[in-house]
Amino acid sequence: MTPIRKKRLMLIGLMVGAVGIAVALALTAFNDNLMYFYSPAEITAGKAPADHPIRVGGLVVKGSVARKPDGLTVAFDLTDNKDTIKINYTGILPDLFREGQGIVALGKLNDQGVFVASEVLAKHDENYMPPEVADALKTAHNEGVAQQAAKSIVQ
Amino acid sequence: MRFYHRLASPRHFYRIAGQWIPWLAGIFFVLLVWGLYESLFVAPTDYQQGESYRIIFIHVPAAWMSMFIYFIMAVAGAINLVWRMKMAEVVLVASAPIGAAFTFLALVTGSLWGKPMWGTWWVWDARLTSELFLLFLYLGIIALYGAIEDKRTAGRAVSILALVGVVNLPIIHFSVEWWNTLHQGSTVSLMGGAKMDPRMLRPLLVMSFAFKFYYGWVLFLRARNEVLERERNTSWVRELVEGKAT
Repeated sequence: MTPIRKKRLMLIGLMVGAVGIAVALALTAFNDNLMYFYSPAEITAGKAPADHPIRVGGLVVKGSVARKPDGLTVAFDLTDNKDTIKINYTGILPDLFREGQGIVALGKLNDQGVFVASEVLAKHDENYMPPEVADALKTAHNEGVAQQAAKSIVQ
Repeated sequence: MRFYHRLASPRHFYRIAGQWIPWLAGIFFVLLVWGLYESLFVAPTDYQQGESYRIIFIHVPAAWMSMFIYFIMAVAGAINLVWRMKMAEVVLVASAPIGAAFTFLALVTGSLWGKPMWGTWWVWDARLTSELFLLFLYLGIIALYGAIEDKRTAGRAVSILALVGVVNLPIIHFSVEWWNTLHQGSTVSLMGGAKMDPRMLRPLLVMSFAFKFYYGWVLFLRARNEVLERERNTSWVRELVEGKAT
């Protein structure tokens, strides 16, 4: 490689490196703003701003979904397996909304500590499988739980 | 090495690309038909999303291509800046509209899937925003190249822009790991394998190979046109045109 080409290559490396570092610093500085949602634990710890609408993401607690008589209002608990918050929402839920499923809600905490949501989005996970595989996994999981329970009774 | 040098000459590139084009097109169509058949008829229904998940067979390969093509363009940009190689410039410029089209396709298919699954067409989370930024980078490269009269200067300018924009690629890829996003994590990765049924994975991979061959095919078509345009005052292009006209 001729000296001039070597120089150009080094300049390019420096340029890409400098841009990379600048962008990395900017992204770290704005880290909190780049988070799409807060977790229930962050909200109960007071890390989320209280004065403007925020998003909270987590799993819908199994057995917590209760529909009001008007058919549109729904109350449920949202958890990140550390903390749980109560959510109230009036409106149409996405198809993937179900117990145990991840969701992201937009809204504000009211005085009673209930999160009043104006929008609920379902979060899909990265797993793709046919129904029979999902069923098989579920049965295997239940059997595993049952076996452990049986073991603990024996002990 | 000799092959590389000959490809670097526009005249030989024009000839060699012309020989490859029918093969690339043929392989693309075979893979496309195979991939579409498997994705629509062989792959089983998803346990949660039903049939709507099948858009993944377009969405994910298109999103991979949007990043793959940008990477090729950045490498071509670096080669052009260091070695002042005309053909690298041609590859960069010819790739931009194809990459923009794949990025647009990934955004649109994602949006169509997002409405029934998430409940919204669009959210400003890190993954979606960085992919939209990639589309703007492509459009910026196309616009910048078109705005500068002298094509050698224009080529150098877009090389720098392509190189600067390359920092966006890791951001797109890792956005779902670094930040909370509505977009899910990677289903298929080189290290972690696939969190997907093998009967779903095969059409996905076939489609992604089909898209690669599509890129090769259209790239060569576009690059040949670009070569003719740039070399229009040389004797070999004149001979070619006159030879075909008479």
